[in-house]
Amino acid sequence: MNAESIGWWGVPIGILAGAIRGGTPFLLVSLGECLTEKSGKINLGLEGVLLMGAMTAYAISYKSGSPWVGVMAAGIAGAVLGSIHAFLVSRPKVNDIAAGIAMLLFGTGFAFYLGKPFIQPSAPQLPGISLGGWSHLPQIAAALKISPLFVLGVIIAFIMRWVFRSTRWGMQVRAVGDSPAAARAMGVSVSKTRFICIVAGSAMGGIGGAHLSLFYPGAWTEAISSGQGLMAVALVIFARWNPVQCLWASLLFGGAQAVGPSLQAVGINTGYYLWNASPYVLTLLVMIITCSNKRTLAGAPGALGAGS
Amino acid sequence: MIIPPPSPRPQTPPLLELVNITKRFGSFVANEKISMKLPPGSFHALIGENGAGKSTLVKCIMGFHTAEEGDIVIDGHSRQISSPHDAYQYGIGMVYQHFTLVPAMTVAENLVLSNPAVPAVINWKMEMDRLRTFMKTAPFQVDLDTPTGELAAGQKQKVEILKQLYLETKLLILDEPTSVLTPSEADEALGLIKSKVTAGELSVLLITHKFREVFGFCDEITVLRRGKFAGAGKVKDLTRDDIAAMMMGGQREARTSGKSVRERGPVALELVGLHANKDSGVEAVGGVDLAIQEGEIVGIAGVSGNGQRELVEVIAGQRPATSGEVRVHGEAYRSTRVESFNHKVFLLPEEPLRNACVPQMSVAENIAFRNFDKPPQTRGGCFISRKAIRGAAQELITRFSVKTRSTETPIGDLSGGNVQRAVLARELGPGTARVLIAANPCFGLDFAAVESIHNQITEARNRGVAVLLVSEDLDELLKLADRLLVISHGEFVYETTPAEADIKTIGQHMAGH
Repeated sequence: MNAESIGWWGVPIGILAGAIRGGTPFLLVSLGECLTEKSGKINLGLEGVLLMGAMTAYAISYKSGSPWVGVMAAGIAGAVLGSIHAFLVSRPKVNDIAAGIAMLLFGTGFAFYLGKPFIQPSAPQLPGISLGGWSHLPQIAAALKISPLFVLGVIIAFIMRWVFRSTRWGMQVRAVGDSPAAARAMGVSVSKTRFICIVAGSAMGGIGGAHLSLFYPGAWTEAISSGQGLMAVALVIFARWNPVQCLWASLLFGGAQAVGPSLQAVGINTGYYLWNASPYVLTLLVMIITCSNKRTLAGAPGALGAGS
Repeated sequence: MIIPPPSPRPQTPPLLELVNITKRFGSFVANEKISMKLPPGSFHALIGENGAGKSTLVKCIMGFHTAEEGDIVIDGHSRQISSPHDAYQYGIGMVYQHFTLVPAMTVAENLVLSNPAVPAVINWKMEMDRLRTFMKTAPFQVDLDTPTGELAAGQKQKVEILKQLYLETKLLILDEPTSVLTPSEADEALGLIKSKVTAGELSVLLITHKFREVFGFCDEITVLRRGKFAGAGKVKDLTRDDIAAMMMGGQREARTSGKSVRERGPVALELVGLHANKDSGVEAVGGVDLAIQEGEIVGIAGVSGNGQRELVEVIAGQRPATSGEVRVHGEAYRSTRVESFNHKVFLLPEEPLRNACVPQMSVAENIAFRNFDKPPQTRGGCFISRKAIRGAAQELITRFSVKTRSTETPIGDLSGGNVQRAVLARELGPGTARVLIAANPCFGLDFAAVESIHNQITEARNRGVAVLLVSEDLDELLKLADRLLVISHGEFVYETTPAEADIKTIGQHMAGH
């Protein structure tokens, strides 16, 4: 069977499959960014972290033979890059946006440099989890073969929501991000809390990279991320700094990425490249819709971009 | 020897005694040998003018500062309080002038998070049950599920007080808690706290300017003046005049400082029915009318927070007027750069580093703000001559003795007094001013600097400048002003001249009655 045999149904199914596959890196990176921004700092370097994670995961999976070791290594690589960013922004008068861009360039360049030898060889991939066994249609079965890292992301999203709501540490993170002065008055260390959040957030970004190289598209190339780490920043704003909404927003972005290829699969080639631009258009739209000089963004951590 | 705080925390209000507390900042003595006693279940007022050392004293009790000399005695034992957490252990808590709430969190979350003993994982059902039980006995009700950022200032202040009660504070220090409340809100809040005090569950130390609160709620009073003990007693034995006399230090004479007698010119600055709001949207300036003639200094006295800041900001163009008009030389004045240049309106705002300077820019650039785009600083209409800017700045720096390493030092690196002098040099240096607005121009300056700024202002007046002088220092106003107005709750409530001024009457109008 091919795409034509289910006709136009191929389009929504393709988009659904794309939403889950393509949405997973968005999900993990945006959760990492969400945690970072909740503590009052921005990490634009997550694009670099994503590439570094993808490269590390692929390389270690290839060398060790175990994709799971690769995932762990990607998390560690992310945490190391995150700790550099965290150290930089904890210094007085360091702007987190500038530091983030520097980390983005550094992470990207370093990943390309170290990743050169791994473009050719093929590394063991992560096994998919089949949720489509009930259907006799192979398209549905393929669409519902999901990444274990997507499941991990979903679990992290709900855990994060719980942590922010119902744990002392999570509430302290919110206090630090919203009103550092109030947090200090409560005896909470602002710099320590931010350090932990940035490092943990970067580890998530690194694991998001592992999904790229070890599941979908499932190879290491330099064009593997195409700006997803940066789009995740817009996505966090779109999700109003709510981890569970990050999940829905990631699916939306992932789905938008899949519109072009799905239409192509049913034979519509018109505007293929235009459709491929839809995630970027979506990012712009999110920015335009959420921009307002009259009202402040509900849910935005108060210290974000305040340089304090 | 450091005695550890008692464990568990006290269940009843402690007996607090301060014995000869002295606190210095460098050579400045903020508190000098101050003693006071707070028996359990008392409502004690600590009053004094701005800068009298009230906040410093309570910060010593809270462990933010450590007194150089003297003892803090709690229940008969001399104790060392070196952090707010120590104060918490003794059952002492404070409500600050600024809010310490996390705006994005709900009232419930703020209350729970403020507890140092909150468990790592919060059982919200249990905590909400505890909060609801607590709210049943709480002196005021606030919706627990509202984010504190959405609350009005008055409600925030209530949450701050509730937070202390929730923490089972037994000695509550309130630092001007009613400055953000309306009079009826203030009465309600203090009345409900008073009932806790009467029941013996709480002691209160209230820092205030307002006589109404002293007589309405307090049992005892301690008065500070310029860092020293100026009197104390039971409120029922004292009159307003007694307390005013303690605060002000007896009768003062109006001094003139080389003011020439001169014919006053036509009206230069006029305020017509001016209204303006605070940041919170509450009305701060409630319809003021004022006309200042050339060669006249009009002083505005008042307790801070009665609309002076907003009034000056409207004239400076930093805040929109909600209605009414500012007129200069008979024309409507909207504080644009062109208008202020044409009418020669100059400004010495308070907090000059924030209101009149760009801290990262150099002293020379800051001094050039008024005229950098005019010749000779600008040639040919668009080319700025840095040399001319530096030269002009150097001349003014010398003339106004601004202490700076060079003309190129960022102005933010200068001491407060020198920033003030640099702004003064910019505004008065060219000698072209026709209208001058000065707000607390001598705040935090040493004696010599004060003298020189006073002379500059008087000289300007003698040249025929119309001067609006807003100050919290009554001495300054009596010395400089030709006419004196008292502002209270955003309105002018009293007018006098320094020659006829009666300190007590002024004090009473300032205190809001």
